[in-house]
Amino acid sequence: MNQTLLQLLNGLTFAALLFIVASGFTLIFGLLRIVNLAHGALYLFGGLVGYTAATATGSYVLGILAAMAVVALLGLVIDAGLLRFVRGNELRQVLLTLGIAFILNDLVLVLWGGDTYTVPIPDMLRGAARFGHIFYPKYRLFVLALGVAIFGLLWLLLNRTRLGALIRAGVDDPEMVEAMGINIRRVFLGTFMLGAALAGLGGVVGGAFLTLYPSADAEILVFSLAVVIIGGRGSLAGAAVGALLVGLLNSFGQVWFPELSYFVIFGPMALILAFRPLGLFGRAT
Amino acid sequence: MDRRRFLEITSLMLAGGTSALASAREAQAESAPIRIGLLAPLTGVVAAGGKEIVNGFTMFWDSIGNQVGGRKVEIIVEDDASNPDTALQKARRLVEQGKVDMLFGNLLANTGLAVANYVKGNGEPYFIPVIAADTLTQGGRIPNVIRAGGYTASQFSRPLADWALKQGYKKVATVSQDYTFGHEQCGGFAQTFTEGGGEILLQLWHPLNTSDFSPYLGQLSSLGVDAIFAMETGADSARLIQQYTNFGLKGQIPLLGAQNATDQSVIRTMGAECEGIVTSAQFAEGADLPATQAFVKAYSAKFGKIPSLYAFSHYVGAMWVAKAIETIGGKVDDRKLFLETVLKTDLPNSPLGKPVHFDAYGNPVYDVFIRKVVKNADGKYWNVPVDTYPQVSQFWKYDPATYMKQPAYSRDFQGIKKR
Repeated sequence: MNQTLLQLLNGLTFAALLFIVASGFTLIFGLLRIVNLAHGALYLFGGLVGYTAATATGSYVLGILAAMAVVALLGLVIDAGLLRFVRGNELRQVLLTLGIAFILNDLVLVLWGGDTYTVPIPDMLRGAARFGHIFYPKYRLFVLALGVAIFGLLWLLLNRTRLGALIRAGVDDPEMVEAMGINIRRVFLGTFMLGAALAGLGGVVGGAFLTLYPSADAEILVFSLAVVIIGGRGSLAGAAVGALLVGLLNSFGQVWFPELSYFVIFGPMALILAFRPLGLFGRAT
Repeated sequence: MDRRRFLEITSLMLAGGTSALASAREAQAESAPIRIGLLAPLTGVVAAGGKEIVNGFTMFWDSIGNQVGGRKVEIIVEDDASNPDTALQKARRLVEQGKVDMLFGNLLANTGLAVANYVKGNGEPYFIPVIAADTLTQGGRIPNVIRAGGYTASQFSRPLADWALKQGYKKVATVSQDYTFGHEQCGGFAQTFTEGGGEILLQLWHPLNTSDFSPYLGQLSSLGVDAIFAMETGADSARLIQQYTNFGLKGQIPLLGAQNATDQSVIRTMGAECEGIVTSAQFAEGADLPATQAFVKAYSAKFGKIPSLYAFSHYVGAMWVAKAIETIGGKVDDRKLFLETVLKTDLPNSPLGKPVHFDAYGNPVYDVFIRKVVKNADGKYWNVPVDTYPQVSQFWKYDPATYMKQPAYSRDFQGIKKR
């Protein structure tokens, strides 16, 4: 019983982190129609910026803010400086983001070396909380709460604001939005920066318990891809459900089928691709 | 001059010319530089370790003025990109085009095995201070592959198991990366621990680069074990140690580890969560031995960090081979003599701080330290010896011939003695 509860919490907290990262991924994927393969690299870069800022200032919150700001700026440069030249050509866009991922990863090696870093967390969140007979890390509970909060904020943004309406309209039919006299380019740019900032946030939050190291970017990218493919592109609810599925499968799969720990995530993903190619919440456009 | 005569003269001249050239080359060989090919992963997942391989290796040769046995030493560094295909291709290029006299290096087992397999065919001397696959100096031994400065995977976990028994630990669980290096390190521990009367309650194997250890820690916490043995490298190790603390297990269940778990490459960016972990190795950067401290100081001053396993083992490996080259007056071209001399060479005063020599299979016999992570005077964490096991060979207390008859360690064979 305790075991199951513990694994359930593990799955939920991992899902919360996956949601934070994948929500940014799905926003960009849904609106700009590109699989941003640099998303993992932005996660790692943001995490390390956050690490440096948090260590220098001693403040976890400042670390998060610095990471989000720097990575949003990177997003600005990538979208306005590079992606605009290949707009409309999906293959070139994807290849370009892959190139950016390589460059960012090399930059990380040059700037931080290849050691493993852990983002320092506030004393308040250190140690374990106790429920009955089980101990559970406070920090992971914080990540869970943060994931839920981000979901709420994004939901409000998408459903209750003008920008959200524009983004939703852009996901469905960008030409029509533009025809109505709205500068869809600016919406694209804003979305890209928001998505990137979420990757940076994920980097700091995840970097505190999953650590940051070369190739962390590829791992989180693969998980994000799984989340978005299961959930359906551009859908916030889809990202949430996808993250929950992947998080829980990861946690219970490792315990029940230790030999198949990767298969339990990617097996269902393949099934969903076969029977619902657009994902659980995806819609044809 | 008719045509025939012309041909005669030219062929004579050519023949004479080449033989003259050949003898000139022979004479030159003694004074020409000794060329050493160093293979290190400078890109890819273990690039940080690769950089330290180059640092440690070149630091030694610089310290003796890049000269040994009356000959200059030339080091050609190649990036194996953490990839066996690239490693093989670079090794080929170094040997066949670069004409190096010997190869050194590699970090990941699969890259090392690819190169070892290649030199098996051509007899090129190849020294592996990091590659730890048991078979290379046991059943699958290649005479020209020598583990100068390195160790076999299961060599150090056996004294640690013995030490654990002495602490009164009766029940232990292991958690390990699921590949040969992990199987071998865990196997050494499990076999010695159970043969000494201990019990292994659970063995968990997880894929390399497991981002979230919580499912495993959840299972480990409720077992009621006296200690946990962790075989982890790199980022996996940092994460395990981190999450071990977060789950409140630190302080509750003692954590033991294989050498890599608390190597400097892992703990130099960590805080108090790594304190108190006990591991075993041939080197302890915090050992109060003059040769060790001199090396640690010099390395830290030069590169701004305390040396890791990759750095010190390549420094020691280079020192060892250099001593052999000195003995034979630089005649590395005589491969048979060179390899034999290396195996006969003892190293009394290396940074390891204790004398070392090779066994008959090309693997060093070390004084093994049981080490504990503590904070030093500069506020950095490092490994300090708490106990020493003198003269530990790769065969522990077994007879080599008998030992090599047992199957190689794997997930399914851990040498666990049933009771």
